[in-house]
Amino acid sequence: MKLGLLALLGVAALIGGVAIGAVALPPGEVIAALLHPGAPDSAIVWSLRVPRALLAFAVGGTLGVSGAALQALVRNPLAEPYLLGISGGAGLAAVVAIAMGLASAWLLPALAFGGALVASAAVYRLSLVGGQRLEPRTLVLAGVVVAFFCGAIMSALLTQTDAPRLRNAFLWLLGGFGGASWPALGAFLLYAVAPLLVLFATASSLDLLSLGDETAHALGARVERTKRIVYFTTALLTAASVAVSGMIGFVGLITPHAIRGWLGSIHRRLLPAVFLASGTLLVAADALARTVVRPAELPVGAVTALIGVPVFAWLLRRSLA
Amino acid sequence: MLEARDVTIRYPETERAAVEGVSLRVEPGHLVAVVGPNGSGKTTLLRALQGAVPLDAGAALLEGRPIAEWPDRERARWLGVVAQREEYPFVWRADEIVMFGRYPWLGSLTPPGPRDREVVRTAMARCDVGGFASRRIDTLSGGEWQRVRVARALAQEPRLLILDEPTTALDLGHEMELFELIATLVRDGLGAVVVTHHLNLAARFADRMLLLDQGREAARGTPREVLQPERVGRVFGWPVAITETPEGAPQVTPLRRPG
Repeated sequence: MKLGLLALLGVAALIGGVAIGAVALPPGEVIAALLHPGAPDSAIVWSLRVPRALLAFAVGGTLGVSGAALQALVRNPLAEPYLLGISGGAGLAAVVAIAMGLASAWLLPALAFGGALVASAAVYRLSLVGGQRLEPRTLVLAGVVVAFFCGAIMSALLTQTDAPRLRNAFLWLLGGFGGASWPALGAFLLYAVAPLLVLFATASSLDLLSLGDETAHALGARVERTKRIVYFTTALLTAASVAVSGMIGFVGLITPHAIRGWLGSIHRRLLPAVFLASGTLLVAADALARTVVRPAELPVGAVTALIGVPVFAWLLRRSLA
Repeated sequence: MLEARDVTIRYPETERAAVEGVSLRVEPGHLVAVVGPNGSGKTTLLRALQGAVPLDAGAALLEGRPIAEWPDRERARWLGVVAQREEYPFVWRADEIVMFGRYPWLGSLTPPGPRDREVVRTAMARCDVGGFASRRIDTLSGGEWQRVRVARALAQEPRLLILDEPTTALDLGHEMELFELIATLVRDGLGAVVVTHHLNLAARFADRMLLLDQGREAARGTPREVLQPERVGRVFGWPVAITETPEGAPQVTPLRRPG
């Protein structure tokens, strides 16, 4: 029921996302262009707006689900996908590439993806210090430490970079779907679909993991194995998201949080709902980003935060009341 | 049957073994109490019985098979555990918490069915928490919360139950209520191991008792055999007198310092 409502909202957002842009199209024309490849607006719809809306939806959903899974892993509702040092690693790799003039449309995402994975591997290694168990508190600390370290190198590099490159690096870091295309969508799905399915399949273990290692073990969860699976799938998903759309914050924090309040925290129900809601949110945010200062674009990450923070504040007040 | 045979466990970077050469046996229909001072190895022994900590020597066996070799879900169908603590980073309803007890019986993608819901209802009714199935777990009192967790362990449909300090922070009424509940479950055929600081409750409800002292067995047997005044005084470092309840169970009374 609630899931159906979210799915409807998602479809509405996708149609809206295709209709809205530098040239606004009435929904009727959008549907005509979608159904009849020969219609007048078909080219702009099919080659630009549809892949962009779909990519925004897929990235949003992926960030949301990763955030929700990580919240269960570290047993903290404030966890989000960039906790694993991913933002730092991806950002650093991208800034290095841009500063060195290596930033082609194909190379940049690949380097960012690699940087993200290296950083999350470092976080993983650090949080295993002193034992074989993945300890949530150590994991959070390790993530923060690696992010700071990457941030420090990044700032040092940026101050040494000339202005146009600096601006490019900065825009990349802010994130967006300006580069969306069918190949980008295809590449993203290639990386994202399998890990997402794995996460959906571990939903019941996420419930148990949230209660703490001891209780999870007593209830039959394979504790350390599940933690590793969650860690690596979310790292892969977040790295893929950052590679195609830069750093889009807040979706992975706010939607899981909001949906938990609405649907409860049984992850079997939660994860699909979070996927739909986060996808919808990001498509809507991207549509706003494209239209508010038309024909220029706002960084979509700024829009998600501009919408997200007031909603978050409202939810917080309501949950305390 | 759940059994510890000459179990020794050493935590890294500690001189003394947390548990050394300790044996314990629990059968269906019996309640075994593990007692002893703080740091005497009670909780470590329970963790060994669950296969949650590697053994340095000895064996922990469930139905004759080393507990660590049991597949996790299968073990969880035999052995229900109420640990000392657990965390609630998110908000759940009481019946959702109890439904977690069905997870060992469910596939990772199967949602709970009518039978699972029936088991949960029955378990909650037994523990007298059926009335607040839809209450949020963070709104329950300590006694209600503890009984919800026992209900969850029952929903696992286990043959054996492990309880670690189940009455911590409970008042006298809730304490008795919880032990009476455990006693009823044991009378109906469940086996139970209870770690507790309450010597007197243990003495009234347990068939057998294991007294630990610095990781070693100080005594084992019926409560009457174990609770000898000079032994209890030595282990806890305080002089005690032993009296009897109306039904004949030994009761420990710590003495006031003379003068």
